[in-house]
Amino acid sequence: MKIPASFDGKTDASSTEIFKASRRDFLKIGGLFSGGLALGVSLFSCNEKGEKTATLAPNVYLTISSAGDITLIAHRSEMGQGIRTSLPLVIADELGADWSKVKIVQAEGDEKKYGNQNTDGSFSIRMFYKPMREAGATARLLLLQAAANRWKVSVTECDTQNSQVIHTTSGKKLDFGELVEEAQKLPVPAAANIKLKDPGRFTMIGKATPIVDLHDIVSGQAVFGIDAFAEGMKIAVIKRCPVVGGSVKSFDDKKALAVPGVLKVIPIKGPGLPATLSKPLSGVAVIAENTWAAIKGRDLLEVQWDLGPNATYSSAEDIARLTKEVARAGTVRRNRGDFAAAKAGAKKVIEHTYIAPYLAHATLEPPCALAVVKDGRCEVWACTQNPQGARDILAETLGIPVDKVKINITLLGGAFGRKSKPDFMLEAALLAKESGLPVKVQWTREDDLHHDYFHALSVQRVVATLDAQNKLTGWNHHIAYPSISATEDQSVVQPSDGELGLGATDFPYQVPAIRIETHDAPAHLRIGWLRSVRNIPQAFAVATMMDEVAEARGVDPVANALELLGEDRNLTFEQEMGKGKYPNYGESITDYPWEVARMKAVIQRVAKEAGWGKKLPKGSGLGFAAHKSFLTYVACIVEVRVEAGNKIVIPHVHYAVDCGTAVNTDRIRSQFEGGAQFSASLALKSAITVKNGQVEQNNFDGYQLIRMPESPKEIHVHIMENQAKPTGIGEPPVPPFTPALCNAIYAATGKRIYTLPIDLKG
Amino acid sequence: MAKYSIQVNNKTHEVDALEDMPLLWVLRDILGLRGTKFGCGRALCGACTVHLNGTAVRSCSLPVSAVGDGKITTIEGLAENGDHPLQQAWEKLVVPQCGYCQTGQIMNAAALLQSNPHPSEDEIEGAMQGNLCRCGTYNRIKAAILSVATA
Ligand code: FES
Ligand code: FES
Repeated sequence: MKIPASFDGKTDASSTEIFKASRRDFLKIGGLFSGGLALGVSLFSCNEKGEKTATLAPNVYLTISSAGDITLIAHRSEMGQGIRTSLPLVIADELGADWSKVKIVQAEGDEKKYGNQNTDGSFSIRMFYKPMREAGATARLLLLQAAANRWKVSVTECDTQNSQVIHTTSGKKLDFGELVEEAQKLPVPAAANIKLKDPGRFTMIGKATPIVDLHDIVSGQAVFGIDAFAEGMKIAVIKRCPVVGGSVKSFDDKKALAVPGVLKVIPIKGPGLPATLSKPLSGVAVIAENTWAAIKGRDLLEVQWDLGPNATYSSAEDIARLTKEVARAGTVRRNRGDFAAAKAGAKKVIEHTYIAPYLAHATLEPPCALAVVKDGRCEVWACTQNPQGARDILAETLGIPVDKVKINITLLGGAFGRKSKPDFMLEAALLAKESGLPVKVQWTREDDLHHDYFHALSVQRVVATLDAQNKLTGWNHHIAYPSISATEDQSVVQPSDGELGLGATDFPYQVPAIRIETHDAPAHLRIGWLRSVRNIPQAFAVATMMDEVAEARGVDPVANALELLGEDRNLTFEQEMGKGKYPNYGESITDYPWEVARMKAVIQRVAKEAGWGKKLPKGSGLGFAAHKSFLTYVACIVEVRVEAGNKIVIPHVHYAVDCGTAVNTDRIRSQFEGGAQFSASLALKSAITVKNGQVEQNNFDGYQLIRMPESPKEIHVHIMENQAKPTGIGEPPVPPFTPALCNAIYAATGKRIYTLPIDLKG
Repeated sequence: MAKYSIQVNNKTHEVDALEDMPLLWVLRDILGLRGTKFGCGRALCGACTVHLNGTAVRSCSLPVSAVGDGKITTIEGLAENGDHPLQQAWEKLVVPQCGYCQTGQIMNAAALLQSNPHPSEDEIEGAMQGNLCRCGTYNRIKAAILSVATA
């Protein structure tokens, strides 16, 4: 199981090739196609000379039938971000299609057919925006040519609109459906002849388009992973070892089997340590006629565990140990100038330790997967972000060829990174194989909170030095947290370059001396990635310390950030880190530079929109934070009111966002609205703690999430008008909200926050 | 195991179930009404909300043996064609993100409006606080309810 390249490595530069799809292609993908126009979109990576090196995404398909129905086979997983709407609308816009005639079919998970489907790292739009436009533009040109041939006029006199080709001089019109057979016979135009729409003529891109699954969702017909169904399906609920790395010693299933409806009890072997990013934990499964019988049976299982070496682990002790650790010198990961000298010559030194807990994803739909294993084949239905990764490991585990494994992707009832791991799908497949029955594995909320791939706890120490002129002369950031990589390889005890590149080593401010150091923090749980990953703690430490720096300098925090960002220019970090050590979310820094001007623009915009500097009544305050992540620039201002009994009320949140070209403004807004709430949960409510190697929270009473009465009230999202390449919006709202809230609380109460979740009583 | 005769969406169903089986699993696993969701199993999230005689209840925590001859309404039975004013408002304001919590939210809101057709913002917040949305659609939910309540 690989960590997504989008935050931990490199993806290649890519180009698009559009080709005419044959009926054979459709037979291959099991898609329905009975004539008309069909195009395949292929993405390939290329070297600096533009030569094709490898195929990334052979087949995203666009078809137009003779009835005028337009179908796009969508290959990315939908989990609330709106990708099943936003990619197709790009095609529809370029094509000049009637949106109501566009249908979206969810593709199964298959790398050979669909290329990279790992829906992670906020990069679906980043990667597929251009190919989708080119596909739409190609189909459009073919239809224009077909119409022009028929009318015996020049293509330049023709245009498309509402799924029709229009002869602009005479006003003659032909429906797409009437032209598709002819269009299919024409050669695919060379890439050089494809003219993309002038952005001024976009009809959908940059506007708000409602999501395609809306009616199914509100009427209860939408099919999530939990709703997958197969004839004769049984339900499995699993008792897993409460400590990571432990295993089943023995078990007694007498009482479980006595529950009416319970059919079988089957042990599952775990990998021990390392726990891996893919394999199921050691446990005992109860298979029953229905979910309730399975839950009851599971609760009656008596299991003796060998708890393994993590059985003495305590998160509180870990935090205490890491707090001591970060007070020492660490491994230098980025260095500029001479921090020791800056500190020696400082008039003022500000130093604080920042602590953040483990977090669980707590998707409202707990993990679940249905598997049928029969006649050397395996078919799975699951709420998965990474169908291909799952497919490969399923094939390997079951010992069957990859092409005998089929993964059907349902809607995802929330994902946030949790559902990129295939462990729950493997459980279903192993149990289906062993029992010979179609088995759906259902995780309960307790299972989900106990056995997540957790967002790691973290301890950081930041030291900022000011000289006699109140100039920020030095920045020293110490970082300790268990790395995601440790889940695969226990010898990893320090953060990866990828993790540090999420808001720590890409520290953008002009300071003469910068030293970023890391410390040993071995992993004792399964560590994974949660929406915006390490940006969460790193932005918390950096942006709250920047607020203190501003105060110490006697400068307004917004002015401070603008000043310290310095001249408009593009930043690079590698020369202070070592070659290849700054991953830039898997993109080359030339293609996606760190542009100071764009960061300054979002800061200025948010300050203006939020009325930064306005007087607020006592007990209220504004807080500011700016943070770039996943190549998207975000600045955030939170207004807070602290009422009697330390009740925190958040009347307004302002975000300014520059994500390049805005594709679907409604989904950008909704991701920011939701991102603020997500961040509010972790800022104010959520923490996973561990004692004796076991998670202490069981359900939403212990692991709390923000609820409506305490949630941020008005969330204003200001989208920068921009023609730059589009970048992601799923994760970037999360990091700046929490430090902006902490800074607002300081403005309102004079209390600084160094530990999450925020506790004003402490 | 025992036999129960329950009224769901104006139809009588005979079901064979353990007496402590929560209504949620009767609906989902036995009757195939899967619009009602599972989120916590302990009345902490609201994803499983249905109506019992017009009142919102958490079906995950209501044993089938306690349903008696009460009338159950699920999201499938809230309105023919899924066009209850709240469902329409939800579509108009594009409330859902992942959508998983939304049927529970709508059922809870529908019960609220039945007992209090013109709730204030505070009353809405109070009534909806048992329904979690991990995607954070709270403000749009509130706006959708208000749009119906003030119509
Ligand atoms: S599943 Fe019933 S309240 Fe959560
Ligand atoms: S829309 Fe995803 S949990 Fe509410």
